[in-house]
Amino acid sequence: MRAVTGSGPRGRRRAAAGLLYASPTLVMVVTFFVVPLGLVGWMSLHRWPLLGTPTINAPDNYTAATGDSLLRSATWFTVKYTLVVTPLLFCLALAMALLVQHRRRGTGVVRTAFLLPMAVGFASASVLFLGLLSDEIGPVTGALTRLGLVDGYVSWVSGSPGSALGASVVLVLWRFGGFMMLLFLVGLQAIPTEVYEAARLDGASRRQILFRITLPLLRPTLALVLTLIVTGSLLAFDQFWILTRGGPDNSTTSLVMVVYRNAFVRFDLGSAAAVSILLLAGLLAINVVQLGVLRRRSR
Amino acid sequence: MVPLTRSAGARPTARSAGWGQGVTVTALAILFVFPLAWSGWASVRQPGGFGVAAYQRLFTADNGVQVRHLGNSLLVCALTVVGTLVVATLGGYAFGRFSFPGRDLLFLLTLAILTVPYATILIALYVLLGWLGLADSLVGLSLVLVTFQLPFAVFMMRNSFEAVPRELEESAYVDGCGTFTALTRVLLGAVRPGLVTVSLFAFLSAWNEFFAPLILLNSTDTFTLPLAVVNMRTASYGSIDYAALESGVTFMALPCVVLFLVLQRSYVRGFTSGAVKG
Repeated sequence: MRAVTGSGPRGRRRAAAGLLYASPTLVMVVTFFVVPLGLVGWMSLHRWPLLGTPTINAPDNYTAATGDSLLRSATWFTVKYTLVVTPLLFCLALAMALLVQHRRRGTGVVRTAFLLPMAVGFASASVLFLGLLSDEIGPVTGALTRLGLVDGYVSWVSGSPGSALGASVVLVLWRFGGFMMLLFLVGLQAIPTEVYEAARLDGASRRQILFRITLPLLRPTLALVLTLIVTGSLLAFDQFWILTRGGPDNSTTSLVMVVYRNAFVRFDLGSAAAVSILLLAGLLAINVVQLGVLRRRSR
Repeated sequence: MVPLTRSAGARPTARSAGWGQGVTVTALAILFVFPLAWSGWASVRQPGGFGVAAYQRLFTADNGVQVRHLGNSLLVCALTVVGTLVVATLGGYAFGRFSFPGRDLLFLLTLAILTVPYATILIALYVLLGWLGLADSLVGLSLVLVTFQLPFAVFMMRNSFEAVPRELEESAYVDGCGTFTALTRVLLGAVRPGLVTVSLFAFLSAWNEFFAPLILLNSTDTFTLPLAVVNMRTASYGSIDYAALESGVTFMALPCVVLFLVLQRSYVRGFTSGAVKG
């Protein structure tokens, strides 16, 4: 050990070698993360057309953002979507993890089935659901008609704001249920089996074990999954861009879609940057509050 | 270990709960596989039987997928996987085996990429790549994709290097190896599982990524597969050719599904290595 670390000429040479090996990481992180992070803030203070020279105009991009009615409706919609998706995805994934937690016959196959949608890209999955929910070739409308639940032609992705939102939620549950389940499974495996055995010996019921032992011990994983779902939902883009095209009547236009529209439809990169900064600040605030609450509780 | 069979004191209610659970699990599993299976079926279904007409339309339609788009996707995947492997292996080696000034700071900075969702800085990356002469460039896109793989990949490789016994390296030094030859001749073999996991994640994300190429690529000539397939839907003003779209989905999903089934262990290792623990 001492021969490898330590100071002196050998240690200095090793420090230089370490620095050299870390330099590609340093260059990439600074060029494509630190600089753009600063740049997006700098851009938000300018009138920054897609083509042409930027001129400083602070704080116009921010004041314009407060008066933007599409941005306001997109914020409201994104929050609503997050509030719908978060509990559904969270509970579905947790239930799936608890169902396949123990190795029984067939568990491996079932886990693979749950994880399979993760291999498909989210954009591909959105295109898949476009066909799946279509009246032309999709089986969903027909099956529901036969069950007597719907009557004839239904336009799931563009018929009404409610069904467009519902279609997107089902897509997200399918695509990310297995991913979140995997995170829960990793957390569940970290709980020592002795704890369960002791509880069982004490005569605890399944329900008691779940609420008094499993869930409290799973808290760090619960926090991680919650953070991932909330962050992912607030940044939702693909499903609305591809599946609902933000419609009908902009009712499913999300915040990141507004960023895209400002930049590449209105050619106004400055206001797109300002919306990005506001979004980033919002995410940071939510995560700080969430972590703060969970820390305090776990003490 | 969790007992495979129920304890002797299992009550009848527990057994019936077990049955209910089995039915629920099976039904859920079928629901999860169904959309993918349906997509494959719908892509080959045509009037009067089955065939590849939808695939022909996918590759010959006016706004359809070109062989060039497949080439673009393969290039981006190759650059992203190789770039991620090189940077993360050297970085993981540095963080796991050497002490140098600023090491912990740089490591934390790399992990901090996770806290800033890249959707919020892509507008700036678009401008930055323009300044670097990499506007509308597959190389530029790959550099961005590599950067966003780094938090996971560097963490994974650092853990892999830390798990290798020091003696292995020491014996290489005794044989007269420098730190770099020790890496290439001895250590790379020892961290191979980590390399497989990192490559798999990099490939899947580069092959499937939609938002970054949408922002960073502007001409249809540089489109990757997901952009080209989605463009078929957006560019068609009349009726949408759903069967052709599903053939695009199946075409894109098939390599990923096969890779995933073969390398599922490596995929799951990416999570159990602690790389995603809060």
